[in-house]
Amino acid sequence: MRRRAQKKLAVWKFASCDGCQLSLLDCEDELLTLARRIKFANFMEASSAVVRGPYDLSIVEGSITTPSDAERILDVRRRSKFLVTIGACATSGGIQALRNFADVKEFISIVYARPEYIETLTKSTGIADHVHVDYELRGCPVNKHQLLEVIVAFLVGRRPNIPAESVCVQCKERGTTCISVAQGVPCMGPVTQSGCGAICPAYGRGCYGCFGPKEKANVDALVADWRLHKSVSEDQTRRLLHTFNAWAEPFRSAGSSPGVEHIGKDLRD
Amino acid sequence: MSSASDLVGSCFRVSSDVLGLLIRALKDDGYMTIGPRKVAESIQLEVIDSVDDLPRGWGDQQDAGSYRLVRRSDSAYFGYNLGADSWKKWLDPRRKLLWRAKRDGESWEAEQSQMQVPRMAFIGVRACELAAIKVQLRVREVTQAHSSSPDAQSSTLSAEAPAGVPEEPFLVGINCSQAAATCFCSSMHTGPAFGSGCDLVLTEVINDDNHNFLIQIRTKRGAIISSKLPLLPSIEDDLAHIDRQIARVSDSQSRQLNISNPAEFFSRRLEHSHWDDVATRCLSCANCTLVCPTCFCSTVEDTTDVKNAVAERWLRWDSCFHLDFSFIHGGSVRSSTRSRYRQWLTHKLGTWHEQFGSSGCVGCGRCIAWCPVGIDLTAEVKSLSQPTQ
Ligand code: SF4
Ligand code: SF4
Ligand code: SF4
Ligand code: SF4
Repeated sequence: MRRRAQKKLAVWKFASCDGCQLSLLDCEDELLTLARRIKFANFMEASSAVVRGPYDLSIVEGSITTPSDAERILDVRRRSKFLVTIGACATSGGIQALRNFADVKEFISIVYARPEYIETLTKSTGIADHVHVDYELRGCPVNKHQLLEVIVAFLVGRRPNIPAESVCVQCKERGTTCISVAQGVPCMGPVTQSGCGAICPAYGRGCYGCFGPKEKANVDALVADWRLHKSVSEDQTRRLLHTFNAWAEPFRSAGSSPGVEHIGKDLRD
Repeated sequence: MSSASDLVGSCFRVSSDVLGLLIRALKDDGYMTIGPRKVAESIQLEVIDSVDDLPRGWGDQQDAGSYRLVRRSDSAYFGYNLGADSWKKWLDPRRKLLWRAKRDGESWEAEQSQMQVPRMAFIGVRACELAAIKVQLRVREVTQAHSSSPDAQSSTLSAEAPAGVPEEPFLVGINCSQAAATCFCSSMHTGPAFGSGCDLVLTEVINDDNHNFLIQIRTKRGAIISSKLPLLPSIEDDLAHIDRQIARVSDSQSRQLNISNPAEFFSRRLEHSHWDDVATRCLSCANCTLVCPTCFCSTVEDTTDVKNAVAERWLRWDSCFHLDFSFIHGGSVRSSTRSRYRQWLTHKLGTWHEQFGSSGCVGCGRCIAWCPVGIDLTAEVKSLSQPTQ
């Protein structure tokens, strides 16, 4: 009987800092073992030897910011059986999606000596805005243990253990005293998906929301509390919400018009 | 000398130095001593080695969505009320390995995890916490009886904790000298007076020049440990002092929860408009269930390693505020925050009675203080009592 052919993995880069791909290289101890189970067929950051597609698993980093990338992602999708996006850029457009709230032409005219050489889209968008995505792994950058988990789960055909919970759950798991409650620090943890291990609160900093909105993220209610009990101004609120996942709803609209009007009456009393 | 069991039921007076001797006596007897410690900006329940580890001179100020450690004007050891931690984390760890399987060629060899549960002594248990521990033990009893029914036994590796229930922890209670603003044990009849179950109950008494403890011996185990301490007879007023303190603490509680017929109360209000109101405020972050000393829900997580040579099953705390909690074939039953908050409140205060014979709430107020947006179940119940809009 012939051995089942090894599955092929491809890693693709769009507009991004490479940090998420680096998380894969960062899996030093596990990388060689992993390479025995899946062929790194196209991973430019690790090797320039490229094996042709189609690929069983494509890992996509980065957002779509240029017309040519918008074309290229269609091609990547065609050549991939299973497509996983990694990181805030690929999921929601990344920090570069801050352009989505402004006039990108104006930026170009200020930044570049020859603006006519620049061909760019007015918005930075996540991969799922362009093609079907099978799985999204959050984070800025992604957590390498979660990345490994997704690949290993794919190989054995099980659901990855990536809970859709708030960062608060990981604070409780590691025994961190809630800094929002005990110190009055505005923290995005309750509306942010877990995965980082709740690093920032463990060091006295409010969660920055790297992993993007958790499911049913009630950002308006959190913002109302910041305003009423933590003296966070409208401008500070926008700055807190509009970072790596600025374009992800509901961070997007709550940061654009941080209002408290429609939140339950008891809170305002 | 009289035998130790003669001491059961009596009250003694000891100087505060004896606290250290008590911790030592428990350790000498092979207990892992666990008690309050100041960790970061709160009091947590951790392993303590000596009296120096206790949060001497610290108190707390609590309100909905707010907790602050404050310096007390005296040097009380137990001058705080409660932190986010409860004894649940020791009785029912946040993560627990259930079994591990190793690959052997084409087959797998599974072994049940043999977790060694140490003998534990809990020092500084409040009345509401004793009530919560009893609720937890009751939940364990009921759920284990359920899981050992023939149906559930069809699998040789059940999701339940490995056999060998540990010895019940040695409980050293402490009478509260004040209530936090979030406390409502009085209306839940879980405090401030202790029910039965503690081995020893301490009362801290600080006067101008004296720092003493009253020690009430409640069990034989408690008597044996106490017989190693330099006990002084209590004076007549000591017991009256305890009663006065309990009455004062009880009277000072402004929050209350009174539902005369919980099952009916909630079944008539399942479509109340107030569930929508609370859903506009609730973050479904799960802090309330995680800090609640009686919430017991957990989920299992199956893992495989990179080599595909080891598979493990872990039990970890879960919450009815999670989307996956109600995931069944085809999707989640409770996808809205409204339905999740309703599940939490109706289970905690309502269906718990039917399931476990008591309320699931002991009135500790943790869920009120540690909710990042200060949602207060006592206020929600009040609003639910109003006609729907
Ligand atoms: S510190 Fe932030 S993330 Fe942690 S429990 Fe508090 S609100 Fe949640
Ligand atoms: S009631 Fe508070 S602590 Fe509980 S899930 Fe809602 S916001 Fe979180
Ligand atoms: S529901 Fe709230 S007040 Fe009641 S026992 Fe749980 S945490 Fe304490
Ligand atoms: S209230 Fe929710 S988390 Fe707590 S025991 Fe009930 S179902 Fe479980």
